[in-house]
Amino acid sequence: MNSHRLRWFSPSRLAIHGTLLVACAVYLIPLLVMLLTSFKSPDDIRTGNLLSWPEVVTGIGWFKAWDSVGGYFWNSVKITVPAVLASTLIGALNGYVLSMWRFRGSQLFFGLLLFGCFLPFQTVLLPASFTLGKLGLASTTTGLVLVHIVYGLAFTTLFFRNYYCSVPQALVQAARLDGAGFFTIFGRILLPMSLPIIMVCLIWQFTQIWNDFLFGVVFASGDAQPITVALNNLVNTSTGVKEYNVDMAAAMIAGLPTLLVYVVAGKYFLRGLTAGAVKG
Amino acid sequence: MNAITRLATAVSLACALPLSAVAADNGTVEVLHWWTSGGEAAAVQTLKQQIEKDGFTWKDNAVAGGGGAAAMTVLKSRAVAGNPPAAAQIKGPDIQEWGALGLLTELDEVASANHWDQLLPAKLTPIWKYDGHYVAVPVNIHRVNWLWINPQVFEKAGAKVPETLDELFAAADKLKAAGFQPLAHGGQPWQDSTVFESLVLSVLGPQGYHKAFVELDEQTLTGAKMIETFQALQRLAGYMDPNRAGRDWNIAAAEVITGKAGMQIMGDWAKSEWTAAHKVAGSDYQCVPFPGTQGSFTYNIDSLAMFKLSNANDIKAQNDLAKVALEKPFQTAFNQNKGSLPVRQDMDMSQFDACTQRSAKDFAEASKGDGLQPSMAHNMASSLAVQGAIFDVVSNFLNDPKADPAKAAKQLSAAIKASR
Amino acid sequence: MNTATARLRASPLDALQRWLPKLVLAPSMLIVLVGFYGYIGWTLVLSFTQSTFMPNYRWAGLTQYLKLLDNDRWWVASKNLAVFGGLFIGISLVLGVLLAVLLDQRIRREGFIRTIYLYPMALSMIVTGTAWKWLLNPGLGLDKLLRDWGWEGFRFDWLVDPERVVYCLVIAAVWQASGFVMALFLAGLRGVDPSIIRAAQVDGASLPRIYLRIVLPSLRPVFFSAVMILAHIAIKSFDLVAAMTAGGPGYASDLPAMFMYSFTFSRGQMGMGSASAILMLGAILAILVPYLYSELRNKRHE
Repeated sequence: MNSHRLRWFSPSRLAIHGTLLVACAVYLIPLLVMLLTSFKSPDDIRTGNLLSWPEVVTGIGWFKAWDSVGGYFWNSVKITVPAVLASTLIGALNGYVLSMWRFRGSQLFFGLLLFGCFLPFQTVLLPASFTLGKLGLASTTTGLVLVHIVYGLAFTTLFFRNYYCSVPQALVQAARLDGAGFFTIFGRILLPMSLPIIMVCLIWQFTQIWNDFLFGVVFASGDAQPITVALNNLVNTSTGVKEYNVDMAAAMIAGLPTLLVYVVAGKYFLRGLTAGAVKG
Repeated sequence: MNAITRLATAVSLACALPLSAVAADNGTVEVLHWWTSGGEAAAVQTLKQQIEKDGFTWKDNAVAGGGGAAAMTVLKSRAVAGNPPAAAQIKGPDIQEWGALGLLTELDEVASANHWDQLLPAKLTPIWKYDGHYVAVPVNIHRVNWLWINPQVFEKAGAKVPETLDELFAAADKLKAAGFQPLAHGGQPWQDSTVFESLVLSVLGPQGYHKAFVELDEQTLTGAKMIETFQALQRLAGYMDPNRAGRDWNIAAAEVITGKAGMQIMGDWAKSEWTAAHKVAGSDYQCVPFPGTQGSFTYNIDSLAMFKLSNANDIKAQNDLAKVALEKPFQTAFNQNKGSLPVRQDMDMSQFDACTQRSAKDFAEASKGDGLQPSMAHNMASSLAVQGAIFDVVSNFLNDPKADPAKAAKQLSAAIKASR
Repeated sequence: MNTATARLRASPLDALQRWLPKLVLAPSMLIVLVGFYGYIGWTLVLSFTQSTFMPNYRWAGLTQYLKLLDNDRWWVASKNLAVFGGLFIGISLVLGVLLAVLLDQRIRREGFIRTIYLYPMALSMIVTGTAWKWLLNPGLGLDKLLRDWGWEGFRFDWLVDPERVVYCLVIAAVWQASGFVMALFLAGLRGVDPSIIRAAQVDGASLPRIYLRIVLPSLRPVFFSAVMILAHIAIKSFDLVAAMTAGGPGYASDLPAMFMYSFTFSRGQMGMGSASAILMLGAILAILVPYLYSELRNKRHE
């Protein structure tokens, strides 16, 4: 709704721009601190203040960080990609059923699923380990992916269900009368119009799973650990010398993919939200 | 996009190579631990190399955070899944808990073949035995009741190295008057309790310490001496940086190293910070027993507990690990890095620095009487529940300048009671 | 097409078609039953046992709950959640709405600014917690910075003040989530029919008034989504506390999720940890279900 005209240099215009820019600065400070620190030498960190420019810009922190967490990068990719894709697909199908093929109890199921969003994941660690053990999937990447899919379902289903609720039922009814089946309707009618919400879902899930530490540390073992676990090992080591430049560089390396996703795909995210994800 | 593809290829290659280089399956030993700092990690490497030289595969499972709390979560989950690692770094009383669950394997064969009964300090062997059988192998002995001193700062302030609590306060006053931070400290519960337990040892003596933290005797916990300890703690808090909350201990150590602060109450792992700063024990820094605890020794011991496995080859690898962990090369490398005392009693101590040699001497002396006590702050004395209850009371007391010492002693006793 | 003949023609297939939706949903139902409610049930059982170090099934009745209610730390954590949750949700909503409305005024480089507001959501707290810990630390961060820059009297020591440390958690959490709320509302604003605003402007209403009276009330579903997501973040806040304060000073900044974790896993009081998890879920149930129910019921008629 950009219809109303305002002159560019009116006082209110300046105030709006001013507020937005100040907010930008505030939001950027932590990132700036991390970036500056990652390029400092340890002595520099000790003597300078948080926002001082590095005395000598050094990349040593980044090299060291890559040495200790770089090897886990690929593990995270192997965990995140299948988990994101599978949870999105299942979420789409669930959302489709819950919006277009309601049956007795489907609303109840949806309510139960929503409540499940609030389950603190710490409570499921032991029973989930037990279940994975019984399934023979303990300490495997497959098991970890499965856990991510299960606990991602609530949100993906929510996204798709709300999106499909805004699609006119008449469209589906007409297709049904024409003899189109369950999957045909999904594949031919709903899926093609789902791109925005698929993007939202992919971005959300990618961020959640890539950044996950708790499931990663418990359900992945040794050399299959995701990058967040390696990062934690680096940052949370309480004995020995702390090299904050390395910590910060490692944090940036671990956060790079999600940052990239937000920067590159951010506009799809907003488009997807606009297209209906937020409509109750 | 091309650059990203190339990066991805490089990453995948880098990951694939070591995997394909793994030797044929002679047995694998998976070790869950939280030795992740530079020196520790290097020491673990020596263990790994020896295991690999013996023809086995080493699977490293390092989980840092919360002094092993994160690693324990992982271990519990793995145990519930019926898939525990071959070996896990576990502290004192917890070994008994795991043993009671029937999950630990007996190491008697390795122990007798390698004469563990003669090698290990006799007073401490019950820690590693469950039901009379060895189930864990110790790797080191940390001493907790140390005071670390920067002599240059002391000299500038005209302070004297303290041997009693009164001298400690006198020195702190001098440091304060000269504009230094007298006591470097990080406000984390385990650090708060490290100071507290050293004070208890100093005020109540080793027998009182034992009564308070091992027997959890109510009269000792609420007695006049305990109130006196809390008073001393409150007084010490006045010498600490008010902005200490959440500070890591090594940041606090750095304050002493750089001469901003005069001293720090911390276990012997603090030495690794001094070593890393290229300082020499005895000249650049001094380590003295915490004032009033000379001749006593609070220990904090890391052990590797061994879990029951089914694969015969893996069991061989596990036994090899148990053997290698007590061999001299690893004991030397590991303890030089950690600042701790080798757990083997037949080591040549000349390869160690002045502080560790002093530690070895005090250990021998303390072993003769009651002086050898388990560290409460490092989960050697009581269950985790009791330890947590003590931490809560002590840290809250330390963070409230107006807190009442007599009330704190009562709270301590009540909290311990509630947690049992 | 005649429905009767259609049914005659493809009877088995049709039956399958009718079952298909349920069939598709079945795996998820199973997952929800086992992975959510089965595990909650297991936790409930544990909360009535003497479990300490590991789960055991020796009956303890309500002992764990009584011990929990007698535990000062639990009350501190619960009160903190009320303060933290309330402030966090409130401030994030206000800030998110404000930024969204401002950003909706045909701002040049909108995409760029939006990305800046959104990026904190992309980073995990393990990463940003350390940076925040520094920024809010009196000896290191903003406090020192502003005094270095000449503002001598400046004092900002909330992080080490047991009374105020919870506000530090709020600051970092708002920083992380408010950009996301902004995106939700910006998306909502883009869906509002421009003609409504034009009509109101013709009637002589001022812009702030139009937003307050007409536009924002029409975004009720967006509020619902935003509150759901924010509440979910608040209740589960764990990484945030672990990275920034670890519950300290003392246990002044403990939150229930943190309490539950440390008692269950680090402090060997699994029964009590389970009891705290059940109380947490009970509280969520009491607060959330009426809200959820009213929101879901309202949409029935569509």
